[in-house]
Amino acid sequence: MSDVAAQPTPNLLANGWIKSGLIVLGLVAAAIVGARIDPTGTIHAIFVDPFNQMAQAPDLLAQTIWEGLVSGVLYALIALGFVLIFKASGVFNFAQGIMVVFAALTLVGLYEKGVPAFLAVVLTLGVMFALAVTIERVVLRPLVNQPDIILFMATFGITYFLIGFGEAIFGGNPKQMIAEQLYLPKGAIDLKILGGIVSLQKIDIAAAIIASLMIAVLALFFQYTRIGRALRAVADSHKAALSVGISLNQIWVIVWFTAGIVALITGIMWGARSDVSFALEIVALKALPVLILGGFTSIPGAIVGGLIIGIGEKLGEFYWGPLIGGGIESWLAYFIALGFLLFRPQGLFGDKIIERI
Amino acid sequence: MTKSSIIRSVALGALLATGAIAAPANAQDSVYFANNAYRTGPFSGSGIPIGDGMRDYISMINERDGGVNGVKIVYEECETGYDTKKSIECYEQAKSKNTIVYSPWSTGATLAAIPRAHIDKIPILSMAYGLSASADGTNFPWVFIPPFTYWDGASLMVKHMAAELGGMDKLKGKKLGLIHLDAPFGKEPIPVLENLAKKYGFELKIYPVAAADMQNQGSLWLSIRRDRPDYLYNQGWGAMNPTAVKEAIKNNFPIGKLVGVWWAGGDDDARAGGPEAKGYKSLNLNAAGQNFPAIQDILKHVVEKGKSTTPKDKVGENLYNRGVYNSMLVVEAIRNAQKLTGKKVITAEDMRRGLESLNITEARLKEIGMEGFATPTSISCTDHSGHSKAYVAEWDGTKWTKPGEWLEPLKDEVRPLIEANAKDYVDKAGNWPKRTESCEKSS
Repeated sequence: MSDVAAQPTPNLLANGWIKSGLIVLGLVAAAIVGARIDPTGTIHAIFVDPFNQMAQAPDLLAQTIWEGLVSGVLYALIALGFVLIFKASGVFNFAQGIMVVFAALTLVGLYEKGVPAFLAVVLTLGVMFALAVTIERVVLRPLVNQPDIILFMATFGITYFLIGFGEAIFGGNPKQMIAEQLYLPKGAIDLKILGGIVSLQKIDIAAAIIASLMIAVLALFFQYTRIGRALRAVADSHKAALSVGISLNQIWVIVWFTAGIVALITGIMWGARSDVSFALEIVALKALPVLILGGFTSIPGAIVGGLIIGIGEKLGEFYWGPLIGGGIESWLAYFIALGFLLFRPQGLFGDKIIERI
Repeated sequence: MTKSSIIRSVALGALLATGAIAAPANAQDSVYFANNAYRTGPFSGSGIPIGDGMRDYISMINERDGGVNGVKIVYEECETGYDTKKSIECYEQAKSKNTIVYSPWSTGATLAAIPRAHIDKIPILSMAYGLSASADGTNFPWVFIPPFTYWDGASLMVKHMAAELGGMDKLKGKKLGLIHLDAPFGKEPIPVLENLAKKYGFELKIYPVAAADMQNQGSLWLSIRRDRPDYLYNQGWGAMNPTAVKEAIKNNFPIGKLVGVWWAGGDDDARAGGPEAKGYKSLNLNAAGQNFPAIQDILKHVVEKGKSTTPKDKVGENLYNRGVYNSMLVVEAIRNAQKLTGKKVITAEDMRRGLESLNITEARLKEIGMEGFATPTSISCTDHSGHSKAYVAEWDGTKWTKPGEWLEPLKDEVRPLIEANAKDYVDKAGNWPKRTESCEKSS
């Protein structure tokens, strides 16, 4: 008997999922008790009232989830741009935001020059390819095998160069996205369901479909093709990949070009919702909490993370925002991401890093 | 576009360089005026037309009249990118070059400059932006905020709402929503709106927009759909405005009930909404269009002679004319200071006197080719704003129009709040310098 007792008991709390489950249960129990004791107070307002609202106006709930879904897909797309580059070069590409602006401005700028819309898209892709080649030649190649932080700082350099270069060429004036010329639909579909109207913007539907397709194609491409395998090899180790004959330079051009394509699509979609100006750069930063949540190396992580952040922040802003004056969604996204990290420090789908000493 | 833009930027650079070199050389018969600009960054959409208007009016005075009473104005822009940190560098630069007046062009920059300017004795001209409480000249002798403050604007919004509803007593039970940029600028109207909501019994709903979510307003507009406010006041700036106009249309909010502060009245802001933006409104302090002798003179002496970077069709846009108005105030204050002091080349301290007794009458507006462009405004020793009239401009699908009359802000509501807040500011600041400057009689 004493032998058995001496064995260490398995530490149940070390398992993240069990721990999180217990905490959630605890919170729910506390909320129910709290709401019973205090039917009009803060606890009621936080834990009961929002759900009452959801039940009373399911149309608004559906609308909120739809908005979150669309934003989520778009966040996922931006996050994917980061993930690809991170996988290939171990670098967080700070320049992704300005690439969105640069791609969108090139497209609109070419159209203003009289180039037909679809030709302008093709030419813009050409410009993004040239940009990828230039970045690889001028920035990445000389920095091979340098510490990652050096490459990271180099992307800052790329950012500031592109801001200045973009402003010199296109000027700082905001421009209108050529959504109609690209046959992106206008108007809305109003669904009379759930005792109200849920309005789906056609452009949002298009955005969700195009972004989903894009994500699917990229995921399949990098999962099942030779280049995809090469990319994963590079992600594991630059040196090992080089030693089996994978061209690091080629892979880098490919991922930076892919990031350029992602940037262009992001630019078109967000540009159509607002206008095309240097303010679009900020939009790319919305991918940060998605990356924290989904892990920097996981494509499914970017997708699921994007959806969780998108829907979570919209629900949070809509139902809980008014309690503290609104405008919470910009930090709520990080809050959600950090909440997950508490239990899965490597992100939802990130690689668990095991380093033995 | 590409080539001409590059040439334009080079030309601008050259212009700035020559300005900088010219300043010391012509110190005898010129005054130096530093203006913060933001032709780059997320707010450049609003910053470019304003900067163009400011520069072109000054150029026109230099070209047509050879300056103010023969004294040329050396105008120099300092690029801030709407970043308060950079604005402080710009302030220091302006100070070292002996600017006669500092033009911060953002509320954050104004707040940062106010304590410095009181020590350095440089007048700040924050035209219809900045710290509303600085309209109290007794406590803020160095800050000027003509022709009105954000608080006047908020009161005008309430007045406009009441006028459409049929009287102040009809406000009871109505709902007014405030969409605002979550920054010092955006929060300015809140105290006045809260006061008025209490007094007239309407409900105030506040919707802040973080700068990072300027173009991502989906959930905010869902809240608006839920709360169903009767009117919306948009205290927005930069890319936030075209997004708000688009979202209003998308969410079937009646566009005529969406009223922007005067900074949400850019042509590009409204244009973003397409034909459905017709009816979008914005408070305004200046008229849009080219049909004013002063604007015609800008075209004739500056733009058509190739001495400006402004495309001809952008001259007369709403925010361009706003810039022109700001420069007009500077020029008139220089003129006034020259008259008061008898000097030709004035200093910053003279300029303060010139601003404090500035009185732009209807007759004066006519003389300078701006009849109907703005309303008369006058600044006094105690009142550094003037609390002048504004009108509610309406977008007709292609340009801004003036369908109604000039409206007076609710000065009786605003003024006590300004004095109380000024006192509060001074108390919190600790040893705030007591006003020692003597008062000037109005010119």
